[in-house]
Amino acid sequence: MLKAATPQAQDLVARHVQPGQPLLTILHAIQAEAGYLPAGVISPLAQALNLSRAEVYGFITYYPHFRTAPPAALVIQVCRAEACQSMGAEALAQHIEQRTGCRFAEHTAHAAHQAEQPDTGVSLESVYCLGLCALSPALTLNQRLHAKVTPAKFDTLLAAAQAELAQPPSTAGEIL
Amino acid sequence: MKRVYVPRDSAALALGADELAAAIGAEALRRGVALKIIRNGSRGLLWLEPLVEVETAAGRVGYGNVAVEDVAGLFDAGFDAGGAHPAGVGLVEQIPYLKNQQRLTFARIGITDPLSTEDYLAHGGIQGLRHALAMSAQDACQALIDSGLRGRGGAAFPAGIKWRTVLGATASQKYVVCNADEGDSGTFSDRLVMESDPFMLIEGMTIAGISSGATQGWIYVRSEYPHAVATLEHAIVLARAAGWLGANLLGSGKTFELSVVMGAGSYVCGEETALLESLEGRRGIVRAKPPIPALSGLYGQPTVINNVVTLATVPIIFARGAEFYRAFGLGRSRGTLAVQLAGNIRQGGLVELAFGITLRQLVFEYGGGTRTGRPARAIQVGGPLGTYLPESQWDIPLDYEAYAAVGAVVGHGGVVVHDDRADLAALAQYAMKFCAIESCGKCTPCRIGSTRGVEVLQRIRDGDNSPRQVTLLRDLCDTMVNGSLCAMGGMTPYPVLSALNHFPEDFGLPPTSADAAAA
Repeated sequence: MLKAATPQAQDLVARHVQPGQPLLTILHAIQAEAGYLPAGVISPLAQALNLSRAEVYGFITYYPHFRTAPPAALVIQVCRAEACQSMGAEALAQHIEQRTGCRFAEHTAHAAHQAEQPDTGVSLESVYCLGLCALSPALTLNQRLHAKVTPAKFDTLLAAAQAELAQPPSTAGEIL
Repeated sequence: MKRVYVPRDSAALALGADELAAAIGAEALRRGVALKIIRNGSRGLLWLEPLVEVETAAGRVGYGNVAVEDVAGLFDAGFDAGGAHPAGVGLVEQIPYLKNQQRLTFARIGITDPLSTEDYLAHGGIQGLRHALAMSAQDACQALIDSGLRGRGGAAFPAGIKWRTVLGATASQKYVVCNADEGDSGTFSDRLVMESDPFMLIEGMTIAGISSGATQGWIYVRSEYPHAVATLEHAIVLARAAGWLGANLLGSGKTFELSVVMGAGSYVCGEETALLESLEGRRGIVRAKPPIPALSGLYGQPTVINNVVTLATVPIIFARGAEFYRAFGLGRSRGTLAVQLAGNIRQGGLVELAFGITLRQLVFEYGGGTRTGRPARAIQVGGPLGTYLPESQWDIPLDYEAYAAVGAVVGHGGVVVHDDRADLAALAQYAMKFCAIESCGKCTPCRIGSTRGVEVLQRIRDGDNSPRQVTLLRDLCDTMVNGSLCAMGGMTPYPVLSALNHFPEDFGLPPTSADAAAA
């Protein structure tokens, strides 16, 4: 992934590197704007922060939250931790796999390692606790939290999310 | 104008509180009813969310589990004057779940608008900071020691001793770091503080700064809590404008600056040294101790690093005095514990009480038993690294020493209930799998041991429960407990061994061995 920096990547880095800001904060800002961390940002980041490219690469790939590829149109994060397990999260996860035709990646929390699901436009990610443990099971659809999710409630949420995605972006903002 | 409260806490948002607030506003407009909608924090009565409250002459009246479809009916019932409706729960402060609690740290949550400095002042905020500014740093550290406050993140180290160590260290720059990487399943008390009463955390950190000689603070919040991050960032701006942060705190000439940084999904960054590494811009790899962070912490400088609830408890200790706080609790567990009732529970939420209540009281008197209505079987206390307690242990008083005596941990106060369908062998294997996923990889017992643990538990679950496999598992757990660098590998065996010892039938072993293990 150590590609040469494109002008766009150079620009992203230049705009988000602020003196005294932790690397975490800089990477969050870039990902918030670009949707992921393009490979081209590594070299300019390393240069700006006086780090080696290996250190920046190592940092990015250590943390599950950082993406090294563009996210799917619909990202579904399902809590797989104990509290949600006690309320049927595993059965819910199976239902979600069946309903979306996608699969959760096994034995890794790392988003970058998630199997590519190019055809469905959906990606399924396991997360470990959303802090909604009194209202399990919990999940997010494109970062929006939902609690006490049953298979039937998931189907409704999925349909609504897909309908929202199908709308032109200009009207999407008016839903709230 | 009538005041209607709709919470803005994540738990309420996850059940549609934003849509609900908009619907109430639209309906009021349509009917020509003058209402002021206040987005308060959560009361912690999470099973009632979204809990809409209205102000009446008798007090605040609540309506629980309100959905957008209920809004017209609520107006028909005259809810804005406290009118009767099937969703009504009466006066919120009279609900036994809340009324019977001893809310010290969480006294304000749900009552105030979390981003109103006026509300914060009107409900006793900033008194602690004023008192602390009038004390010497030495006296402030001593006051915290006298209060008996121990770290609420899980390690239960006396907070005042930590502060005094930092104060006594000589350095050009010292730091206060708040560990808000609340990754334990079954816990949400840190999130409630940050979303429902963020000024309390800011005040606590500022007191920590002036008491230890630190002028810069960081709050490291997990990325799974974006609402908490947004609320804190907003609160910091407001606090700075109010003179509660920055140069010349309340005109005292003292300085404390504060920033928020968001984590990135790594559980082990909740371990304090891994958190510091992460904050410094490196992979969240655990550091060997010593040196302790109080002497060599962030960027090698003396650093107070405490959990959210610990720091959030500081203001009331300084406002009311160490003796006031110390009067709660028992033995060496002083003050209150914020228990979080989670998992398969009918009335999940936050229960703050003095140390000493039992699990049975919490789960059945407060929690109302399981949400599925089936018998409760195993209760995990203290997060993914805590033990599974069988019914025979549900009457032990919840305090640090009593729990340690049976090999259990209070941890961060998370209580996760499982009903009689739980497979403890599967949960034990999950504990190892979680460790394998989240291990930072620095030490071998944790990095390799967790993967070997998943494998040996798979063999046992597949029916190969010969003594050889069980001996192997116990031996592996012994290596992890005694050989790991931090609690990640060192405590993963707690849930595993407690499941094996107390629920051997789930591992295909005769139940008699449970008695042998318990004896």
